[in-house]
Amino acid sequence: MNLKLPWHSKSAEPYTLRDLPRRVLLSEYFVLYLTIVYVILLLPFIPWLLNPMNIKNILSNAWPLLALAMGQTFVLIVIGVPDLSQTSIMALTSVVGAVVMSNYFDPVLFSKSPLWGSLIAENGGIFAGTSLATLGGVVVMLSVGLLIGLFNGISVALFKMPPFMVTLVGWNLWAAIATFLPKSENIRHLPEGFVAIGSGNIGPISIAMLVALLLAVSGHFVLSKTLFGKRVYATGLNPKAAKVCGIPTKRIIIAVYMVSGLCAAVGSILYSARLEMGRPTMGSTLLLDIIGANIIAGISLYGGKGKVSWTFFGVFFFIILANSLNHLNLPFYMIDIVKGSIICLAAVLDVVRTRASERRVYT
Amino acid sequence: MGDKILEFVDITRSFFGVKALEKINLQLKEGEIFGLIGENGAGKSTLMNILGGILPQDEGCMLLDTQEYKPGGPSDASAAGIEFIHQELNLFMNLTVAENIYIHNFPTMQGTPIIRKREIIKRAKDLLESLGMEIQPTALLETLAPGERQMVEIAKALSMDARIYIFDEPTTSLTAKETTGLFNILKRLRNEGKTIIYISHILGDVEDLADSVAVLRDGKVMGSGPIQDFSIDKMISLMVGGSFKQIFPEKKSIPQKEKLLEIQELSQSGTVKDINFSLHKGEILGVFGLMGAGRTEMARMVFGVDPYSDGEVYIEGEKLPKSNPMASIEKGLAFVTEDRREEGLLMDVPIVDNLGMVALPDFCRNYTKIVNGKQLNEEAEHVSERLHLKATNLDVMPAKSLSGGNQQKVVIGKWLLKTPRVLIMDEPTRGIDVGAKYEVFNIINDLADKGAGILMISSEVEELIGVCDRIVVMSRGEIMDVFEKEKFTQEAIMRSAFRQGMIATATEGDEDEIK
Repeated sequence: MNLKLPWHSKSAEPYTLRDLPRRVLLSEYFVLYLTIVYVILLLPFIPWLLNPMNIKNILSNAWPLLALAMGQTFVLIVIGVPDLSQTSIMALTSVVGAVVMSNYFDPVLFSKSPLWGSLIAENGGIFAGTSLATLGGVVVMLSVGLLIGLFNGISVALFKMPPFMVTLVGWNLWAAIATFLPKSENIRHLPEGFVAIGSGNIGPISIAMLVALLLAVSGHFVLSKTLFGKRVYATGLNPKAAKVCGIPTKRIIIAVYMVSGLCAAVGSILYSARLEMGRPTMGSTLLLDIIGANIIAGISLYGGKGKVSWTFFGVFFFIILANSLNHLNLPFYMIDIVKGSIICLAAVLDVVRTRASERRVYT
Repeated sequence: MGDKILEFVDITRSFFGVKALEKINLQLKEGEIFGLIGENGAGKSTLMNILGGILPQDEGCMLLDTQEYKPGGPSDASAAGIEFIHQELNLFMNLTVAENIYIHNFPTMQGTPIIRKREIIKRAKDLLESLGMEIQPTALLETLAPGERQMVEIAKALSMDARIYIFDEPTTSLTAKETTGLFNILKRLRNEGKTIIYISHILGDVEDLADSVAVLRDGKVMGSGPIQDFSIDKMISLMVGGSFKQIFPEKKSIPQKEKLLEIQELSQSGTVKDINFSLHKGEILGVFGLMGAGRTEMARMVFGVDPYSDGEVYIEGEKLPKSNPMASIEKGLAFVTEDRREEGLLMDVPIVDNLGMVALPDFCRNYTKIVNGKQLNEEAEHVSERLHLKATNLDVMPAKSLSGGNQQKVVIGKWLLKTPRVLIMDEPTRGIDVGAKYEVFNIINDLADKGAGILMISSEVEELIGVCDRIVVMSRGEIMDVFEKEKFTQEAIMRSAFRQGMIATATEGDEDEIK
């Protein structure tokens, strides 16, 4: 077994059995081991857990969350404060995407919408019916996500506004606009091509999985191998030193918020396609899941520490946890109590792991 | 002058194996002003922190009225009648003057937690008036000038009615008039039988005010006794010492004619004023000054980390844009910051990533901007060898695992990967051992031999004399003098930094009273 330590690509020390607990605790794959142990422990009680149908269910829930959580990871590494606007970006992009590509708007439901007669009509949105409806919708959704990210980034980096406030206001504002535009109605009749993103397969692989994995793999690559990635860590670890070294810290901050906005838009695309609608309340209960997955993954809330691969494990642990709690037939408030406690424990564990790693002696 | 009130017996204190104080023995009498002087880092603050209960001593003891005095914290010191007026203000900008003065002990309505506002305003007014300060007790602190804030801090300490007051550089932010007022207060306190420990870099003030004086150097008492036995010249020579303890590597090359860096009329209100100098090719230019002289601020403006209101910086005749570190680096500027931990290193990541912080774009593939880790590692190994960095596995060990000296080499190393033409170094030898210092000087010499210009800021005169070709002396944001190599003497440089000749005007007001 080749265990790795958090910051290290290789270990200089010889490996002994006595070190095992510490090594596991400090391992990059700690959350993965935790997930495996959790599944093995629960299997006798919930045999359904590993049923193919359930695995499919787990996966389909995991892919959109992975996209969202990865964007959050970028922000957490640089800022240390979560981007709270992500779920509202989802809602707004979902609505805006549906507005431009839906094939039919019921006059009874939508005639009171502020967009009625300009952008939407009975015969659909501006891209409705064209061969580019799906592509147009996706591009518009991604652009909205990027624009809101740009707005957040500029507010934080250039106007020096507190990141917590900027994104908390965004959390409220974008969701309100998402509700206002369609007057709280879900927008159905999305083009078939778009719906296929949610349900289609390429061979044995679902399109959602492909999209989320592609995003995660490129995110991992960008963070670990590129100039931008190295600068993201430097800015997160020590912004003062980064500035002295000529790193454009303001641009880095704007960029990570844009990544977060883009990832929120991708998550929104996956959810909207699966639900076959543009939904003004989309994501309203997801914020804790996104941040919780990151905390469980060990992404530091002090900034500077984290990897997309960790986020990947964190997302799966979180989804399996939620799934197993559902199977235990617990009422929803019990599920929330357990979820909350686990996130809290994970935050404590992060402190323990950090301390343990600091006790390490370098020779 | 009364009986002995306080005695330090064999006080010793080390930080990380370095002795900051070694067997300090001093005696203070009741009702005297006791001047405590010494260079930056001589141990004055450490000694006062021990007295104020902020730090414990390693060895030795303090006797207060012949009883052993062992403070467990600042509150114990207060209870024993010792008040510390710090150089950095411990005030609340969002509260009024009166509230700041009584923050430790608000009078409240009986049996309730409600503060008797009128009472504290009245008390503060009386106190300020008795001290001759024209400050409104209801004014918010943030609306006051720096000197007035300092006076509030002093008033706050005096409201505690202590027996021993420690004043640490109280005049740095005061105007001449406020200084005169403060001196009158100090003399009045002495007449009331209070003991005052007065720490200052302005030796003329010490000479005028103090009854006794102690000179510290390198954590030892170099001399103490009645002020009559200490002329200013004697104080300076005791502070700087006569001999060179350190060895410096020989610089082989001499500065060339071409100007690399030229600074014209650089000003920023409150920090620096009309700074003019130039740095030549192959030259090591030292910048000396006492704490608060504006050296670091000046360096940060030149490099482009901080803004400045007036003036220009030229690199080889080209004007350097303001506040743009990226452009400065492109033009060949490098900046080794004063504080390694705060502004130099990424403590938790491997050394190689720290070394790559500046030059990383040079190790990326075109267009894709993928980092060529192998090339970076090789180059980092070269630099590490050149610096004699004591580290194995550059790509594994985090910066925090290194000793102070080796950390400093990493900070320097990250600029060497970029081959700088002008290297600005702010206290490059702070907190590193003698061996590492020697190696740092070697690196600096080597760079100068290759034609780079080095601007070296230091608080240690000896080291500047040992290493530099020229020394600029700054004080209160201005350049006082520029010394050529043949005119280097510790006394002359110290005199310049202490603004000898300026002191008479600052204290003119009380000449008569003293004599």
